[in-house]
Amino acid sequence: MKYMHLVWAALFRRKTRTFLTLASIMAAFLLFGLLDGIRTTFSQLGQNADGAQRLQTGSKLSFIETLPLSLRTRIVQVDNIEAVTWANWFGGAYQNPRNQIFSFAVADNYLDLYPEIEVSAEARDAFARTRTGALVGQALANRFDWKVGDRVPLQSTIFPNADGTLNWEFEIVGIFRARDGEESGFTDGLFLLRYDYFAESTPYVDGDVGWYVSRVRDVRQADAAAKAIDALSANSPNETKTMTEQAAFASQLKQMADIGLIVGSIMGAVFFTLLLLTGNTMAQAVRERTSELAVLKTIGFSSTSVLLMVLAESVLLVVLGGVLGLGLAAIAGPALGQGSGGVLNLPPVGLESWLLGLGLMVAIGLLVGALPALRGMRLNIVDALAGR
Amino acid sequence: MSKIKSLLSGLLLSIVVVAGVAAWILLPWQALLAVAALLVAWMLATRSGRQAGSVTHVGISTLPQRLGASSVVVIGIAGVVGVLVALLAMAEGYRQTVAATGNEDTAIVLRGGSAAEVMSVMEREALLAVSQAPEIARDADNRPLASSEIVVAANLPLRGAADEDGSVQLRGVDPVAWEVRPGMRIVEGRTFESGRRELVVGQGARRQFAGLDPGNELRLGSDVWTVVGVFASGDALESEVWADAGIIATTYRRGSSRNSITARLTSPDAFSAFKATLQADPRLKVEADTTAEYFSRQSEGMTKVLRIIGIVVGSIMAVGAVFGALNTMFATVAARAREIATLRAIGFRGLPVVVAVMLETMLLAAIGGALGGLIAWLVFNGYTASTLAGGVGQLTFEFRVTPQLLWDGLKWALAIGFVGGLFPAVRAARLPVTDALRAA
Repeated sequence: MKYMHLVWAALFRRKTRTFLTLASIMAAFLLFGLLDGIRTTFSQLGQNADGAQRLQTGSKLSFIETLPLSLRTRIVQVDNIEAVTWANWFGGAYQNPRNQIFSFAVADNYLDLYPEIEVSAEARDAFARTRTGALVGQALANRFDWKVGDRVPLQSTIFPNADGTLNWEFEIVGIFRARDGEESGFTDGLFLLRYDYFAESTPYVDGDVGWYVSRVRDVRQADAAAKAIDALSANSPNETKTMTEQAAFASQLKQMADIGLIVGSIMGAVFFTLLLLTGNTMAQAVRERTSELAVLKTIGFSSTSVLLMVLAESVLLVVLGGVLGLGLAAIAGPALGQGSGGVLNLPPVGLESWLLGLGLMVAIGLLVGALPALRGMRLNIVDALAGR
Repeated sequence: MSKIKSLLSGLLLSIVVVAGVAAWILLPWQALLAVAALLVAWMLATRSGRQAGSVTHVGISTLPQRLGASSVVVIGIAGVVGVLVALLAMAEGYRQTVAATGNEDTAIVLRGGSAAEVMSVMEREALLAVSQAPEIARDADNRPLASSEIVVAANLPLRGAADEDGSVQLRGVDPVAWEVRPGMRIVEGRTFESGRRELVVGQGARRQFAGLDPGNELRLGSDVWTVVGVFASGDALESEVWADAGIIATTYRRGSSRNSITARLTSPDAFSAFKATLQADPRLKVEADTTAEYFSRQSEGMTKVLRIIGIVVGSIMAVGAVFGALNTMFATVAARAREIATLRAIGFRGLPVVVAVMLETMLLAAIGGALGGLIAWLVFNGYTASTLAGGVGQLTFEFRVTPQLLWDGLKWALAIGFVGGLFPAVRAARLPVTDALRAA
């Protein structure tokens, strides 16, 4: 550490070059921040403690099939099941049928099973009182500029209303947000309406529900509970498939696209390119300073300390650029989300991304510094001073 | 005074960069070809042009001595172009697959207000009324070539992943469906027989899901089905599984309702008349589209998202590569400072030097762009990916690296080379001769 000023001075020996290299590294880590944010959001969906406690029961035939409401009383009796709620797709769209929003018709105790949805007591009361009431996520409310008390017309792309048209109208009685910003992208975009109102109005549902959600008392026994629920309707026309919410999310996302593969291959290309650019810069920097390093050695610096100083310089360079880049990603991600009006949801750079990023910075710094540092260490004083 | 001068020239350079890149993006290739021809003519005809030519010659012939540094520019730009082309190839492959599914002379009819087939419900009366429209082509027995279809999502085990289910689009069709879509052909086995629990599977679906080989039996719900054939169509339908509409309706408790009608029209021009016929019928509340229109609309959103991701990622990487190229070219210029100063001392002007350094960088960039495009083509052309589409089933598609994409990639590469070369070139031309000659 006591040679820090030397390392620092060497780093800024050629200001233009250092700044250009820093900019390259920044670009790479800006990309890393944005992409890793996407990756972690996807991998964390349903991964929280609440998600592990919940089982999702849907039709085994396909996810668009419904289940009879009578199943509820039988699921409650299954061992280890604490509470059961249910929901149905609503398939709502605002203003334009292609402008779809995630809208569910939910049972009155739905929010009890989702403690991560933070909603005020007044809003819950209002939701219980108002038949046509709806609770909406913060992000969705921002996107369309909705406020509590607004009456919003929605078009269901699937279910007709009592009058035979696809037009529905709801009164917004509350706005909720996701606790601690968890899964904010999904939860904050939800639109919840009352199942009883929905089921009575539309002729198609016949009192069926889309899926059940049940909370287990003992998470370790969740698999057994899932099997017991599926056994209830085995060999009936309504066979079910029960999974933990976590597993359900994971399998759905996997079908959307192989996010990990895409992000991984982009990052691979980015870092390969980056490694090359920075490695070249470090090599140049050391080559230029050959005589300086020789002087250092002449006045008594050991070969090891020359090695360490060059390594420190390259790590410092990458960490500086990387932290700036990740910082930029932390600002740019949410800003991009705002700019796109909630269509694109880029999460802020999380702790996990920062740690992974820092690890990568140090590793890349060591890697690109290794060759020049070895060169510096092996430098023969006489040859170097003579300019050979 | 000199400060103002350098400020002004910096400003001028920035304008040149912006104008150059903008022109590069906006101008059609014919105009660019003309600019290139002018440059060549200038290099051949004028004195300074010939000077530029010879300096470039020297620069390029000494490139092998600077192999390490030059290859940094090449590989850096190849990385950018490779990633960009691969991402855009994904968007392109998806778009082509979905868009190829439709054509102008078949129409699809859905319930009004339905964004996709799976959300539409049509009752028996409506189905009959639609299929009697006079614009629908008829076969030899005078039956309308209109297929009432059911689309449902079915859960099937994924290939290669134990105990994991995926969703496949299961389509129940009328026997006439094969004539409605003449592009479909059975490549293995035979087609299903009406009234039996038999399935024919698309090639894409077969690749994606386990157990979809002819002769196999599989369970959908409480029933056992037999796979009897495989079909190919070269479009999105290949990701589907087909069976008899009546049997699917029984299994999925749909009664006599269906999701949609796909009909072959007497001619592509008949579509507007067909649409008018349906609108004039007071019994019907339906929307008709040509299948070309319907499927291109289905792919619109996803293609846009994929393209935006490609361009955002490509832009950020390009910025990184521009700085890398700048760095390398500055170093190159510094290494050749004495050589360039000597040239200027013996009478070479600034412009030929600028042109020479620029040409050298653009050459490196072009090599990088070609390399990146080649790698993307070798690795990703034909690479199979899948996504959830139309709200119900997985759609498999292939990455398509088209000549247009390769050309776009090359354009990006040259733009990076232009920006990365200009500043070092100007610096080389400006460096005071005496200083440069003294430099190590």
